[in-house]
Amino acid sequence: MTTDDAVLSLHDAAVSVGGRLLWSGVDLTVRPGEFVAVLGPNGVGKSTMIKVLLGTLPAAAGSVSVLGQRPGAAGEQIGYLPQRRNFDASLRIRGVDVVRLGLDGDRWGVPLPFSRRFSAARRAADERVREVIDLVGASAYAHRPIGECSGGEQQRLLIAQALVRKPRLLLLDEPLDSLDLPNQAGIAALIHRICVQESVAVVMVAHDVNPILSYLDRVVYIVGGGAASGPAAEVITTETLTRLYGTPVEVLRAADGRLVVVGGPEAPALHTDRHGDRHEALR
Amino acid sequence: MNPGFTWNIITDIQWMWSLPSMVNAFRAGLAVALLAGVVGWFMVLRRQSFAGHSIAITGFPGAAVAVYLGASATLGYFGFCVGSALLIAVLARGSGTGAGERAHSSALIAVVQAFALALGAVFLDLYGGFLSSTSAFLFGDFLGTTDADVLTLVAVSLAVLVAMAVIGRRLLFASIDPAVAVARGVPVRALNILFLVLLGATVAEVSKLTGSLLVFALLVMPAATAQVLTARPGLSLLLTVVLGVFVTWFGLAWAYFGNQATGFTITSLAFACYVLAYAAKSVRRSFRLGVA
Repeated sequence: MTTDDAVLSLHDAAVSVGGRLLWSGVDLTVRPGEFVAVLGPNGVGKSTMIKVLLGTLPAAAGSVSVLGQRPGAAGEQIGYLPQRRNFDASLRIRGVDVVRLGLDGDRWGVPLPFSRRFSAARRAADERVREVIDLVGASAYAHRPIGECSGGEQQRLLIAQALVRKPRLLLLDEPLDSLDLPNQAGIAALIHRICVQESVAVVMVAHDVNPILSYLDRVVYIVGGGAASGPAAEVITTETLTRLYGTPVEVLRAADGRLVVVGGPEAPALHTDRHGDRHEALR
Repeated sequence: MNPGFTWNIITDIQWMWSLPSMVNAFRAGLAVALLAGVVGWFMVLRRQSFAGHSIAITGFPGAAVAVYLGASATLGYFGFCVGSALLIAVLARGSGTGAGERAHSSALIAVVQAFALALGAVFLDLYGGFLSSTSAFLFGDFLGTTDADVLTLVAVSLAVLVAMAVIGRRLLFASIDPAVAVARGVPVRALNILFLVLLGATVAEVSKLTGSLLVFALLVMPAATAQVLTARPGLSLLLTVVLGVFVTWFGLAWAYFGNQATGFTITSLAFACYVLAYAAKSVRRSFRLGVA
């Protein structure tokens, strides 16, 4: 299953948290420039997939290889966008500074004042930040305090932050969550453009497949323990999902191509608790 | 005994600086403004003003205990401020920057603060309840700064500022964006603890001069003012320090010539700066909205 040019490959991978098996039997290979979505109902461990790929959580079984190494070993070449976080409206830091921290925020020390004059490295860093902000189309508001930017604008800046080190793999945890529909479409198109232009592989956890459906190369659909992966058209079908859920589920296709899953055991009331695991990431 | 203010500035300054205590106050003021400015800027950015305030309050029983036991008040300020900073840092969950974590740690901080105040009252009572020392603990003694005080102050300021320079960029990352910082290998929790300890040391030093209650004039106000004026981190930090030195030195001069308490003059100047900055920003914003 592992191929030489694969950005990441999972083979029969499983994960358990606190002794509970979240999912197992996941096979997935992602090549440069591919756009893969991790789908499934709430609480099945979609974000856990990202943690496994980052190396913050070990796989319980199977093999996981990220950029040819064990997870966590290739940190420099992975861009990571955690589950949505809003910046406080009163936070007085510019978007460009937040992007900049993605480049050198993990270094010790402080930048020297006026080093722009004599340091070529500093000028190159400035140039890279400008370039990546340009790439995500955030130049117009990158110099405003980030707390004053809209949700979509903040998300673009955060994607720029994740991209600033030219990663080969981008891990996005629900980047479309809590954005309005036009912004969802805009960000989805942006992520697709980044895949193609920069040949970055993208693994994106998504709650709703529809905004990204037309861009996807492959999906992983996780449901209570089991998982299926493959092209969206093969996985998001009545047959596959019925098999995964173990109860009759129907996939309907609307006239505009949007997919609707009917009959899944997902209770809407669970929505409020979707980010109950968010604090885990901060530990 | 003060000669009174004449409009001959040079003579005024010569008069003022002919007193060793005034010279020491100006030196101490410079060190304190630098220290409180840099640490305070991060404190305001990290929304840890309440933690800083409580740490300052615990300095009050610390000083009371130390004086009661016959030790120097400085030692008391230090022991209690750094101790309570550690307590808050260790007991608070996570990075302390998420909404839930902030709610948890603010309750915790309030508990520490309330207990500290009660302790302070007990020890003052044991000590004999001299009102003059209470007032020194709470409102400080800027003009009583000795040469030894200045030396300690400079040493502590240097140590804390060097530490801040080393962790500066990582601390900024961990403050603004803890989730990504963790993924990038920044030790967010360790930095959180270290910062609170540095804050404790700063508060202890500044408290000696400004007292437990007025620490805030120098810790919060210059930083808050600068953050109203600009969103560039470097400029904002520089502005904080400049404002801190400005309000401290002018506050001292005002206190000297006007026979006022330094706490009042420094705080008033800092407050005036904040109000002006805020007004300027509001005017600019409404102007921009009016044009657009």
